[in-house]
Amino acid sequence: MFSPKRRGRTVSLLIVILAYVILQAMIMSGNLSRLLISLLVPVCAYIVAALGLNLNVGFSGELNLGQAGFMSIGAFTSVILAGILNANGITGIPVLILCILAGAAMAAAVGWLISVPVLKLQGDYLAIVTLAFGQIIMSLINNLYCGIDSKGLHFAFVTNTIELAEGGKMLISGPMGATGVSTVSTFTAGFILVVLTLLIVYNLIDSRSGRAITAARDNRIAAESIGISISRTKTLAFVISSCLGGAAGALYALNYSSFVATKFDFNSSILLLVYVVLGGLGNMSGTIISTAVLVVLPEMLRFLQNYRMLIYAVVLIVIMLVSNNEFLKTKAEQLKKKLSANRKKGAAENV
Amino acid sequence: MAFLSYLISGLGLGSVYAIIALGYSMVYGIAKMLNFAHGDIIMAGAFAAFFAMTAAGMPLIVAALISMAVCTLLGVTIERLAYKPLRNASSLSVLITAIGVSYFLQNAAQLLFGSDTKIFPAVLSGSFSLFSGALSVSYLSVVTIVICLVIMGGLTLFINKTKTGKAMRACSEDKGAAVLMGINVNRIISITFAIGSGLAAIAAILLCATYPSVYPTLGSMPGIRAFTAAVFGGIGSIPGAFLGGLLLGVIETMAKAYISTQLSDAIVFAVLIIVLLIRPTGLLGRKVSVKV
Repeated sequence: MFSPKRRGRTVSLLIVILAYVILQAMIMSGNLSRLLISLLVPVCAYIVAALGLNLNVGFSGELNLGQAGFMSIGAFTSVILAGILNANGITGIPVLILCILAGAAMAAAVGWLISVPVLKLQGDYLAIVTLAFGQIIMSLINNLYCGIDSKGLHFAFVTNTIELAEGGKMLISGPMGATGVSTVSTFTAGFILVVLTLLIVYNLIDSRSGRAITAARDNRIAAESIGISISRTKTLAFVISSCLGGAAGALYALNYSSFVATKFDFNSSILLLVYVVLGGLGNMSGTIISTAVLVVLPEMLRFLQNYRMLIYAVVLIVIMLVSNNEFLKTKAEQLKKKLSANRKKGAAENV
Repeated sequence: MAFLSYLISGLGLGSVYAIIALGYSMVYGIAKMLNFAHGDIIMAGAFAAFFAMTAAGMPLIVAALISMAVCTLLGVTIERLAYKPLRNASSLSVLITAIGVSYFLQNAAQLLFGSDTKIFPAVLSGSFSLFSGALSVSYLSVVTIVICLVIMGGLTLFINKTKTGKAMRACSEDKGAAVLMGINVNRIISITFAIGSGLAAIAAILLCATYPSVYPTLGSMPGIRAFTAAVFGGIGSIPGAFLGGLLLGVIETMAKAYISTQLSDAIVFAVLIIVLLIRPTGLLGRKVSVKV
């Protein structure tokens, strides 16, 4: 577990477990404000979606501007399934588990369908097609109506023509979004999902397929020439990424009693991308930290009132400028070299 | 007749998209970046024109000039402060910075002008009829289409006939080689941003004349649409942006008229996906082959 090859995995898991223990202790002792407690599940959901996106953008090297679309699919699938399960008298944790599985499966299925046209393209054209699919998904779900009554599920599209029998309930009402969701997501469930996601992601990275993905990213032609199927590896990364997005969406959905489809718009996709880029491409621990910080930051800046989003924007720009500054970069490199030289010296002395 | 009237209003809307898409495409062609803040420059232009016309009571032409000046200045300043330090950074870092700039502009506008919707004064209202009243065409559509054609023609001449235009083509081809030929690449990029932003101001006024409301997030949707138009036509290509914008406007208007208003968004993007599947670099984009 502590071999240098697996250091990334160990560090990520330690960060997550430590954060969970500390936060649980703070909740028990009443040191966490209600606002922060309400953010715990969304943070977990965004971390899962961002980790998936990092697999796609960081490891597979394909810019994806539509991850929120997969969250949306997971979210609304889970709302419908939760409606069915609740109508059959099933509540609580089993609902959450089944919904997350269903959300992930549905998003993976759609992701697989989409990957066929998407992965035929390259570079910015690929990015714009993911953006287009994200918008199409949002637009379609925004016009979807779904209700449940004793006769089963009823669907309608664009205009609400559903007439429910006595005791029936609307699950999704077009632009009004999902309503009357029974909230079953908990912080512990979110924590478990994050840990599972990390295990999935790291197992993929350390596997034969993972190495093929990296090879295909670094040099497409060279990878192809040694017999790696580019379309297969890219599809694998894309589908797992959308699958994780779906699971995140399901977790997110069951945390709110109502939400609208436009919650998962282009801006949310972009925000997820920001979490990934700021955390570092291919760096899972970085993604976890940057997601947590950037989801909580706007809420923490509330005392600045109207200035908070302005400050958020400035922070974003400054981070990008500083992290790409040539002068600081060379300084950081020098420091790194010095540290590693010291470490080697220390190791030599110990021997 | 109904079809013809939809076609004309579609071309009007498409002309606005084309003007915005030209800005996107030029910046992409030369700086190789997706400038997501372009839509918010439109918003800035709309506010500048709005205040020039209402608070200072200026005529439309003066307001348009002021708006262009404001946008050009803003575009060049943003380029100098936010994008120039990232010239050698990864394209993703530049993308995120552009998103940051976009947030910044939207929120600055919200602080300065409030988030309420302001009503843009009516300009170029009225219409004339053709075919003994069977077809009514608004002056605005005609003016928009004419302005778009003039801009397109002017820009093509500028790119192909002037020395600066030649330098721009050189930069978009190969920056390193352009530097060796004594071209000041930084200056060319600044000029590109200036032209793109100036065009955004014109688009802003035409947009506000069609939909007369001004608010801080005004630019996002036309921004995404124009970006789509630019990709549609082949990003980096100027005639491509023009063609893509016009087609997108017509498709959107037709989808709204004949299929469904709510689903027009989905239809526009579905058409984009189909086009890209058939022509992976857009309608007029160049195919770049990768060498080993």
